[in-house]
Amino acid sequence: MPRITSSSTPGPFSMSRRGFLATTGALSLGVTLTACGGSGSGGSTASSKPVSQADIDKAMKTPTELTFWTWVPNIDKEVALFEKKYPAVKVKVVNAGQGTPQYTKLRTALKANSGAPDMVQIEYQAIPTFTITDSLLDLRPYGASALKSTFVDWTWGQVTGSGGQIWAIPQDTGPMGMLYRKDIFDKHGIEVPTTWDEFAAAARKLHKADPDVYLTNLAANQVAAWHGLLWQAGAKPYALSGKSDITIGVDDAVSQKLGDYWGGLAKEGVIGVEPDFTDSWYAALNKGKYATWLTAAWGPVFLSGSAKATAGKWRAAPLPQWDAAKPSSGNWGGSTTAVIRSTKNPIQAAVFAQFLNTDPASAKMFATEQFFFPATKALLTEADFVSDAPAFYGGQKVNQVFADISSTVNSSFQWPPFLDQAATDWTETVGKSLADKTNTVRALGSWQSRLTTYAKTQGFTVHSA
Amino acid sequence: MTATTAASPKGRRGGARRRRSAGPLFVAPFMALFLLLFLAPLGYAAYLSLFQERLIGGTAFVGLDNYVRALGDPQLIHGVVRVALFFVIQVPLMLLLALLFALALDSGLLRFAKVIRLGIFVPYAVPSVVAALMWGYLYGPDFGPFAQLSHDLHLPAPAFLSDGWMLGSLSNIVTWEFVGYNMIILYAALRTIPEELYEAAAMDGAGAWRIAWSIKLPALRPALMLTLLFSVIGSFQLFNEPKLLMSIAPDVISSSYTANLYAYTLAFTGQQVNYAATVSFLLGLVIVIVSYAVLLTANRRRTS
Repeated sequence: MPRITSSSTPGPFSMSRRGFLATTGALSLGVTLTACGGSGSGGSTASSKPVSQADIDKAMKTPTELTFWTWVPNIDKEVALFEKKYPAVKVKVVNAGQGTPQYTKLRTALKANSGAPDMVQIEYQAIPTFTITDSLLDLRPYGASALKSTFVDWTWGQVTGSGGQIWAIPQDTGPMGMLYRKDIFDKHGIEVPTTWDEFAAAARKLHKADPDVYLTNLAANQVAAWHGLLWQAGAKPYALSGKSDITIGVDDAVSQKLGDYWGGLAKEGVIGVEPDFTDSWYAALNKGKYATWLTAAWGPVFLSGSAKATAGKWRAAPLPQWDAAKPSSGNWGGSTTAVIRSTKNPIQAAVFAQFLNTDPASAKMFATEQFFFPATKALLTEADFVSDAPAFYGGQKVNQVFADISSTVNSSFQWPPFLDQAATDWTETVGKSLADKTNTVRALGSWQSRLTTYAKTQGFTVHSA
Repeated sequence: MTATTAASPKGRRGGARRRRSAGPLFVAPFMALFLLLFLAPLGYAAYLSLFQERLIGGTAFVGLDNYVRALGDPQLIHGVVRVALFFVIQVPLMLLLALLFALALDSGLLRFAKVIRLGIFVPYAVPSVVAALMWGYLYGPDFGPFAQLSHDLHLPAPAFLSDGWMLGSLSNIVTWEFVGYNMIILYAALRTIPEELYEAAAMDGAGAWRIAWSIKLPALRPALMLTLLFSVIGSFQLFNEPKLLMSIAPDVISSSYTANLYAYTLAFTGQQVNYAATVSFLLGLVIVIVSYAVLLTANRRRTS
């Protein structure tokens, strides 16, 4: 589920929906433990010798109990498939909270050296937060390298470390697209915008035609959407090299282009900037205040549960493009399964993480039971999945739209090892400038300098892009 | 007298010894909990505040560096100033209302006194999380009832969640929540005033207002001091309400809107546990100083 909130707000408003689940979301993760918490040792290299198939077979027949922290609802069904195949291994599923609350508990357990699980659900953007403390197990020795071609390229980029380590196995994704109200577009003679220029023109035209309606809402508290749009534009705001050198470029040329664009539209008052996933926002979607929602692949199912009053009126399309000749997108949300380095049963845990997300039955179940948007190439081309045509979208094959988008997601985007701080600082600088209709480009500069100061305080060597 | 004392020196000494050993035993449970739950965490926080822990480079002893940083930290200072302003505006208003309600209930002139008393007290029983969410809905700029009403009347919607109004909107929530609580304390104090005083006053020809002014108010002084001290602590530790309204007004309520919120953000967002401990410690100090100042002024007024 899109964890709604940008900063660390534990925001349970609205979270009860099935579709919502998916993980996804936003940021809210917590940042790491402190460096000394992570049981030292140079990690990956030491353990990257492959484990033999004989050892794996033997381990999988040894009676074992594993603990798995996840907030995926009804995941017992997927776990049962694993236990059926490997009857000796029992998996205890624990819901330790969704997103940030779970990360906070995990960090505490890691620091105390007791109570940490064997496997854990982690969102893509949180992975660097836990690798910087050496808390995750490199899965290469357990056969994970062979899975590269199973998953959509960009998801594999997200779980791969700078030294080639494989830190987690993708579970679900959230490539970004645009859901729009066909009825509102038709009423005002607006074509579906395919470029951001057309989008801006449509925003002005629509608001002029009906002052109660806005083309979209760019939530001033939703840094995850901002990161997704940065991602689409090809920005590289964060780059960690080695362990302690970080390049921060949240106000580079690409970011400034984005800041200029969205800050301009907000200032003109032709788009909304209200916080998302609030009562007011839900009401706005139901009452047709916004004609589009720039969202992720989990959005369609989520919206059909949250804006029932508008059934049949929505359609899906790719995000408008900066360069129509080279369509691209970003990602917002989705999760992975990782193995905690301190596990006493690394083989069983690593096999579990792989089975859960690659076994055809288990991976498919995520799409059919939990309505997650898949991370595997096979599912994204499976006829059953892509031909689904929900009535909420007027019978449009929405999954196909997002499956096509998924193949355009840029595969080199990286996250900072202190995402929570980046999120809070964004809301108080860039987000605030959108809400207050002040200079967004200048706010990007404040974001950059606040993050730089923070990173230095935490002992990083900081370069600006 | 002398005879008795001399007669049982042994017994007396034995009793004294027993009494001496009984005292500490009685106090022991309290002291154990006090040490464990109060002094130990306090000491630990003080200890933490002398270190700095980094993502890269681990933990180092930094002495009073964190304190030096905190004293010059504009985010902390703004947070403290903001809650001080909140205290100055909200607390007198709330206590005045609580006092009026308590006096009105105590006067015996109200009909349905029990219903009214319960009605005023009920908001205190509503968890503050629920209260803040409810008020967040009421304050909503688009679909909240006030906004809808002004829309129907073709008036501009009141901007409850804007920068200029936010402190007032928060004061309103906190007042709504705590008037009943303070009222009950004051009302209970009023019920302990002996009937005879009222009878004597009536004999002297005092009316209801005169009785309230000359008997009830002076008798309420200790209870008022108590509610005032609670309010000092409550105001300076303001957290729940701004934390919850943050999700609907993220551009107004920053992560350092109040000092307590700032400490929370430092610990859980920034992973700067040591600095968070420093900030909490300083905030505690501010509360002690303000409470002491309040007590001192009140006492001076009484003696003068």
